[in-house]
Amino acid sequence: MNLRTGLWTAGLGLAAVIAASSAGAQTPKRGGTLTYMISADASPSFDGHRETTFATVHAVAPYYSVLIRVPPDNPASTTEFVCDLCTEMPKPTDGGKTYTFKIRQDVKWHDGSKLTAKDVLASWNKIVFPPQGITSARVSYYSMVEKIEAPDDATVVFRLKYPSAAFIPALADPFTWIYKKETLDKDPHWYEKNIMGSGPFKFVSYAIGQSIKGVRNPDYYHKGQPYLDAIEGIFAAKQSVRVDALRGDRAAVEFRGMPPSARDELVKEAGKDIVVQDSDWNCGNIITFNQKKKPFDDVRVRRALALAVDQWKGAPALSKIAIVRSVGGIVFPGSPLAATKEELQQMAGYWPDIEKARAEAKRLLKEAGAENLKFELTNRNVDQPYKFVGTWLIGEWKKIGVQVEQKVVPTGPWFQAMRGGTFDVVVDANCQSVVNPALDTGKYLPQKVYPESYGGYDDPKSIELYNKMLYETDPKAQRAAMRVYEKHTLDTMAHSIITPYWYRIVPVRSYVKGWKISPSHYLNQDLANIWLDR
Amino acid sequence: MYRYIVKRLLLAVPTLVGAAALVFVLMRLIPGDVCVIRLGSGGAHVDPASVEACRQQLGLNNPMIVQFLDFLWSYISLDFGTSMWSGHPVTEEIAARLPVSLQIALMATVIAVLIAIPLGTISALKENTWLDHVVRMVAIAGIATPSFWLGIMSLVLVLDITYLATGKAWMPPIDYVPFWQDPIRNLSIVMLPAITVGYRYSAVTMRMTRSAMLEVLREDYIRTARSKGLLEQIVVNRHALKNALLPVVTLIGIEFAFLIGGLVVTEQVFNLNGIGRLFVQAVQNQDNVLTQALVMLVVVIFVVTNLVVDLLYAWLDPRIRFS
Amino acid sequence: MTIVAPNRAAVAGLVEELPERKRSLPGIALDFCRRQPLGTFGLLIVVIMFVAGVSAGWIAPYDPEENDFNAMMEAPSWAHVLGTDQLGRDIFSRLVYGARTALIVGFSAAFVGGAIGLVLGVSSAYFGGWFDLGFQRVLDVLMAFPLIILALAVVAVFGTGVFNVILAITIPLIPRCGRVVRASALAVREIPYVDAARALGFGHARIVLRHMVPNVVAPFLIMLSAFVGQAILAEASLSYLGLGVQEPVPAWGLMLQGGAEEYATTAPWIAVFPGLAIMLTVLGISLFGDALRDAIDPKLRDR
Repeated sequence: MNLRTGLWTAGLGLAAVIAASSAGAQTPKRGGTLTYMISADASPSFDGHRETTFATVHAVAPYYSVLIRVPPDNPASTTEFVCDLCTEMPKPTDGGKTYTFKIRQDVKWHDGSKLTAKDVLASWNKIVFPPQGITSARVSYYSMVEKIEAPDDATVVFRLKYPSAAFIPALADPFTWIYKKETLDKDPHWYEKNIMGSGPFKFVSYAIGQSIKGVRNPDYYHKGQPYLDAIEGIFAAKQSVRVDALRGDRAAVEFRGMPPSARDELVKEAGKDIVVQDSDWNCGNIITFNQKKKPFDDVRVRRALALAVDQWKGAPALSKIAIVRSVGGIVFPGSPLAATKEELQQMAGYWPDIEKARAEAKRLLKEAGAENLKFELTNRNVDQPYKFVGTWLIGEWKKIGVQVEQKVVPTGPWFQAMRGGTFDVVVDANCQSVVNPALDTGKYLPQKVYPESYGGYDDPKSIELYNKMLYETDPKAQRAAMRVYEKHTLDTMAHSIITPYWYRIVPVRSYVKGWKISPSHYLNQDLANIWLDR
Repeated sequence: MYRYIVKRLLLAVPTLVGAAALVFVLMRLIPGDVCVIRLGSGGAHVDPASVEACRQQLGLNNPMIVQFLDFLWSYISLDFGTSMWSGHPVTEEIAARLPVSLQIALMATVIAVLIAIPLGTISALKENTWLDHVVRMVAIAGIATPSFWLGIMSLVLVLDITYLATGKAWMPPIDYVPFWQDPIRNLSIVMLPAITVGYRYSAVTMRMTRSAMLEVLREDYIRTARSKGLLEQIVVNRHALKNALLPVVTLIGIEFAFLIGGLVVTEQVFNLNGIGRLFVQAVQNQDNVLTQALVMLVVVIFVVTNLVVDLLYAWLDPRIRFS
Repeated sequence: MTIVAPNRAAVAGLVEELPERKRSLPGIALDFCRRQPLGTFGLLIVVIMFVAGVSAGWIAPYDPEENDFNAMMEAPSWAHVLGTDQLGRDIFSRLVYGARTALIVGFSAAFVGGAIGLVLGVSSAYFGGWFDLGFQRVLDVLMAFPLIILALAVVAVFGTGVFNVILAITIPLIPRCGRVVRASALAVREIPYVDAARALGFGHARIVLRHMVPNVVAPFLIMLSAFVGQAILAEASLSYLGLGVQEPVPAWGLMLQGGAEEYATTAPWIAVFPGLAIMLTVLGISLFGDALRDAIDPKLRDR
């Protein structure tokens, strides 16, 4: 090796070292206050067991612990779960029906007393078996749980009615905060208006409708964390305010997601002061037909409406202005169970040749005698992305001669229209927290099996195909079964049209480190691993 | 006079009951309810049992007449209820947000009075000159401009101007602090919204001042005084202004009551945690109790303001007092 | 008597209706233009908007509802005179079609609300007594009632759409009209010939419609012009809150909602032009209304 090569190698080696040290592990700095925006009006109460709005999680999760959760340094994982209050993830025993958790012994409540398995038991009983007068919003997630026990202060045992792969993901639900048994016994409603937990931050104050503040919990059991001295969450339902706040450095981050326009504006104006993280979102709008109303009971009409939509051209265009991006089938695009592009293109609505698809759509409409179809599209009064998607679809359907009028209503009437079956076609949503395709695709089953399915149809074949997929244990076979179920749902029966999946774009001021994005805005919000680099 | 006041107060009762009935009926006409929104807004599972339990707890399943009587009775006993959305007492929810709205309303009124009355007077004194035309155009533009559009444009202007001037975009702070805690920060938050709301308010006042002054100036005694010389002119003009102010003051009072409407959209634009925004939230969440309370509050303010204005009118104008 | 400033103007209007020298219509118009330059300017603006709305089909270069994903948020250029919005729709086309919606909403709400208010206000003044007292209470309730709740209820029950928006906006206009008309009518009621008419046996309806109404028409017309402007502004506010006309119908208020605010700094033309359109139209109507008031009776200084 001569001098030149030697120098070259040394240079490369040096470059590699520099790259490695700047790319990865910086040591977290302690200190500072994180001001973040919460993209909603204040949540109704502080009780995570009772609420379902993400505002609750964003505002209150930092003050509490949970039993298990998605890994904070890899929240995008769809298969991995780690312990928060337990010592290690248990293996199920008794044929998969019993899970025994050992609880950490070094956890203290913010009032100084010790957290035991009895507290975990009381909290989980409240979630799964709520007493009279107490609302728990997630009872149906845990229908497989038969009994929960705490034989001693360090052990909690879950006994299931039947083995279920859906149990552990359900247990990692971000709303299942652990409350103190003593307080619950005295007043089960106490946690609705008060906050006292064991999480990385201690609650300080709440200005009604405006902001919530907390400080570091010095006794936090995950040693070293949290890095921040204090946090402040400010409620702001208006997007322009949030964008301006980030631009003017009045807040460092907003954890839900912003549309591409906001990201572009921030990047353009703040340059290197803004870092953008993005990810596919486990949320999507789906178009549901009311099959109890003519002519939507005719599969030809539904197929025609699906065929008319140019997903491949629409998605990239919409992704510039709305929070959508990836064309997908019924499975979340990042999951191993999702369809490939080639597999999608076999189904109605995803054909590569849109002219051919629209010609076929017109032919089907004619055949079904619904040539000059006119209907009302019920939509929710939310801009991103509901109204954008609605307006896009109306434009697409116009191209096969279908006249659609959009009926936009506030959230309450929107729900009511779906549950009461008083719509023609509705822009529905399917949003889940932990990615769990086997459970998430239950949405397309008939209502008698899945209550939130609003199409008003009965389809025994669909149930049969779904169950086959659900109980399949071999991953390859499960994937094949999922394809069959998907083709039946979207192509053969055209029960729903899946519009492009939402896309989560989170611009963050560059001094905020440690937070990683995940496919759900409900996950990874306890802020314990965030630190400020300044 | 007392009889008049008592009579007006008695007449206010059917107004209040009518408003209560109207808001009650309207809120219940809207499909859906607060429980469904609260438990299902994530788009994920809505557990029917939870929704039902929630409804039961909030009394939404009771027959309409029972709900209405509950509502009326609670107000008579001065218990304004708890918000269906948050569970906090209604008085607490409103009290937390009143300071912001009040401050904006008062500042808008001050702006209106300080700017509009002098400008309107000058415009009347110099009728049909270019100054008059300019002031009139500015006033009419104030009435014609949608206040929220003005708010959006002004925010954008502030951001752009500060960015161009200093390289860093500045926007008003977003968390409210009361005036006594930090006057400068407080003013920087409230200034833009107050101007946005105040522009329209002062435009209306300006027009009224101008037309009232013009009417008074046409009176014979004014013309006579003018012909007598400069000193008399000044004295008389001041006298004219006093007379002209009567309808202006009553107008300011009436428009103040209508400020709530303007606040609704302005608080949305500037993300202020005020009564207007609470209104929108309450209505969107279908929080019947809170919405009812807010409507009653607005109606009471309206009725009281009207009564005060009419009393003022009657007191200041002897022709009416003795009729 | 009642606590109302005496409306000398309406009475004066009666007296000054004595026969005058006949003037031709063009003569009157020219006279108006000369004396009221601002008012003429205002009328001109309204006429331009009117023509734009009526001829929208011809002068709009693009279909206002057609999404064009290749041309999203383009700045004003030769291809798109006022630029495109976030879905690629031509703003100029949407503006002229929007003129149609704005004027329809404005005039319908103003006329319907005004007409109902007129009849009710005059009748209330004429009949007096309990009817008048009760009517006044109803007016009070409707005036104090916030528009947003009314609009939300209408939307939730009847759905969105131009007709429902007009319905929602008309309701608050009725009491405002009714109040002013009632005040004017009260003054007229005391005139002797009304009593004479009653003595002659004329029916209520005839007296109200043929004798009282014409004498309150002057303030009423001026109020109408203000109402059209207020209705257009109300539509804008409701659309901003999402309770007005819905996508993809072109309407000025709707154009200011959603996308316009989001892109206010990167694509300001989306928000600026519809806002200007609203402002100019309402400005024009107000100027014309003011001039009309000055022209009809210079002594008429009531609001």
